Amino acid sequence: MPLHLKRLLLTGIVIISLFLLLKHALTPESFGQYGHYRGNSMNEIAALPIHFVGNNSCVSCHDTIVSMKSEGYHSDLSCEGCHGAGYKHVGDPKMEQLIKPDSREFCAKCHDINLARPEKAVTQKELKEHHSDQKCVKCHNPHQP
Amino acid sequence: MNPEFEHLYQALSKVDGFIYPNEIELSWSILIVLYPFITGLVAGAFILASLERVFNVKSLKPTYVIALLTSFAFLLVATMPLIFHLGQPLRAWEIMMTPHLTSAMAIFGFVYLWYLMIVLLLEIWFDYRYDLVLWARESKGIKKWMYKALALGSDDISPKSLKLDDKLGYIVTVIGIPSAFLLHGYVGFIFGSIKANPWWSTVMMPIIFLFSAMVSGIALVMVLYIVINHLRKQKIDMLCLDTIAKYLFYIIIIDFTMESLDQIHRIYEAEESFEIISLLISGHLNFTLLIMQVGLGMFLPLATLGIIQFYKPEEKLRKLIYFITGILVLIGIFFMRWNVVIGGQLFSKSFLGFTSFKLSLIGPEGFLMASIWLVVPFFILAFLLWLFPPWKKTPVEH
Ligand code: HEC
Ligand code: HEC
Ligand code: HEC
Ligand code: HEC
Repeated sequence: MPLHLKRLLLTGIVIISLFLLLKHALTPESFGQYGHYRGNSMNEIAALPIHFVGNNSCVSCHDTIVSMKSEGYHSDLSCEGCHGAGYKHVGDPKMEQLIKPDSREFCAKCHDINLARPEKAVTQKELKEHHSDQKCVKCHNPHQP
Repeated sequence: MNPEFEHLYQALSKVDGFIYPNEIELSWSILIVLYPFITGLVAGAFILASLERVFNVKSLKPTYVIALLTSFAFLLVATMPLIFHLGQPLRAWEIMMTPHLTSAMAIFGFVYLWYLMIVLLLEIWFDYRYDLVLWARESKGIKKWMYKALALGSDDISPKSLKLDDKLGYIVTVIGIPSAFLLHGYVGFIFGSIKANPWWSTVMMPIIFLFSAMVSGIALVMVLYIVINHLRKQKIDMLCLDTIAKYLFYIIIIDFTMESLDQIHRIYEAEESFEIISLLISGHLNFTLLIMQVGLGMFLPLATLGIIQFYKPEEKLRKLIYFITGILVLIGIFFMRWNVVIGGQLFSKSFLGFTSFKLSLIGPEGFLMASIWLVVPFFILAFLLWLFPPWKKTPVEH
């Protein structure tokens, strides 16, 4: 075999062994502990901050609104679905204000006529004709519409 | 998650009709459009090179090395859009280190490596080895050492070893053709195998990707050949250019037939997804699909190249027509990738609604970022042409 082919073969062997070496060195220790992933990632992900804290977190300070909502038509909606993620507000309610979505367009996202959305799931109204000069929250309490 | 979508209101304003929450934001944007585009250029350019080497189309000789180097330059960049699309680019190597054998993407890593290391590098190396040795003897300074290292320090240019090189190079090219088909067919497979998406899921996908890859790769080499000769103020070999254009014409016809077959099949089957797909084509995709991909990228080149097969205008004009046609074809294929990748994410898998997509200028998934990855291969190619000038190669008979 000519010299250059021998060297080529050698280069190939070096590259493959380097790859195997790297593979050995770079595979994380907890890999494969539970499945085809890094076992430690379970704890790391669980430790990430939670953005949507859930309706129960609001009870301690807004109990009237929570109980009001639970009796009305919007009982199935989550507070944060309308107000946005509450993780900062819960910690520091004075500084971290949530959005108050009181525009007509906001309510229209769910209540405007939309042929693709089942009427059973949510009541739809021709909002262009439904008191179109005023905000919805003037007449409907968003927490108990 | 995009922070502005912490609020339902902004998210819903992108949407028409009904859509599942995870479909509102497109997770694959322009960088994922570039990935099949660039990979296609690689496979296409390589197949043009093998036309000369394996199928003995002698008139393509002047483009053989250019096509190989183009293929190589683009292959080096092919994975970059993917890596930069990842939220965690530094984890990209994990796909190779802990490969999951049922993951289509993980296997792509190996298909890619096979193609890069075994096919392209080896073929270029065997083709250039004789010149590397000669150049190492002639040049001085750092260049001398570079050539010497690339020749693996061997000085052996006896006729016997050259003959062996030629034989091995030929074998590599023969292996290379199915590998190039595999490389790009595989990209099509990654999309075609997503059975939840009716716009992607068709067995035709690998074949369509393959032929559109050939179309784009051949067009790119044609354009590059014109540009390189223009920059070097050399007379262009018109026979070669005409031959490339002829093959381009044939392959566009095949590509067009395949894509039409796919569409006809869809229209005739008219599955439950048909309605949303026809809305997609007539609505969100009407500009990028009907005008850019089919009109400018396919019909116009077919018409001009078709006319040129029968009536050949004088050289200067013909060169200009080839140049413009090549660019149009490249744009057309880019939009073909766009329509597949972006189009497939615009409609809801409930078939009841659409989301929308707006390309941003800056940012990690923006237009500028994409432009960078489209321009870098040309710089790599320029460097390769400087280091390994094909016009200074000693001509050899294969
Ligand atoms: C620690 C007690 C506390 C908790 C828990 C809390 N809030 Fe509040 N929230 C407040 C206080 C106090 C204010 C009044 C702040 C002000 O006006 O400066 C307020 C104000 C608001 C406002 C009105 C903001 C404005 O601009 O007027 C909204 C909306 C709101 N909270 C929603 C929520 C939601 C939704 C949750 C559950 C995720 C929640 N809050 C949990 C204490 C709390
Ligand atoms: C349908 C959407 C919606 C839901 C669900 C919702 N809110 Fe509201 N909320 C609003 C709107 C709209 C306003 C602004 C009302 C206004 O400006 O009159 C508001 C105002 C508030 C305010 C400010 C005080 C006030 O009355 O102006 C608080 C506090 C509040 N919401 C808490 C909550 C809590 C706690 C929940 C969950 C139990 C909740 N909201 C669920 C839409 C909603
Ligand atoms: C996330 C979607 C959503 C948003 C946003 C929303 N709603 Fe509702 N709304 C519902 C659902 C679900 C119901 C309960 C099912 C039903 O009866 O329509 C409901 C019920 C109602 C009803 C009672 C309908 C009936 O059947 O009598 C009224 C009135 C109403 N909403 C008003 C509003 C107003 C005003 C707003 C804006 C502040 C608003 N909604 C925002 C989902 C929404
Ligand atoms: C001027 C006061 C007023 C305003 C403003 C107003 N509504 Fe109403 N809405 C009513 C009254 C009164 C009813 C019950 C009679 C009816 O069905 O028209 C009603 C009924 C509804 C219903 C239930 C319809 C049904 O068939 O049960 C929905 C949903 C509703 N409104 C949504 C909205 C939304 C969303 C907006 C804002 C875009 C809005 N409304 C603005 C007064 C108002």
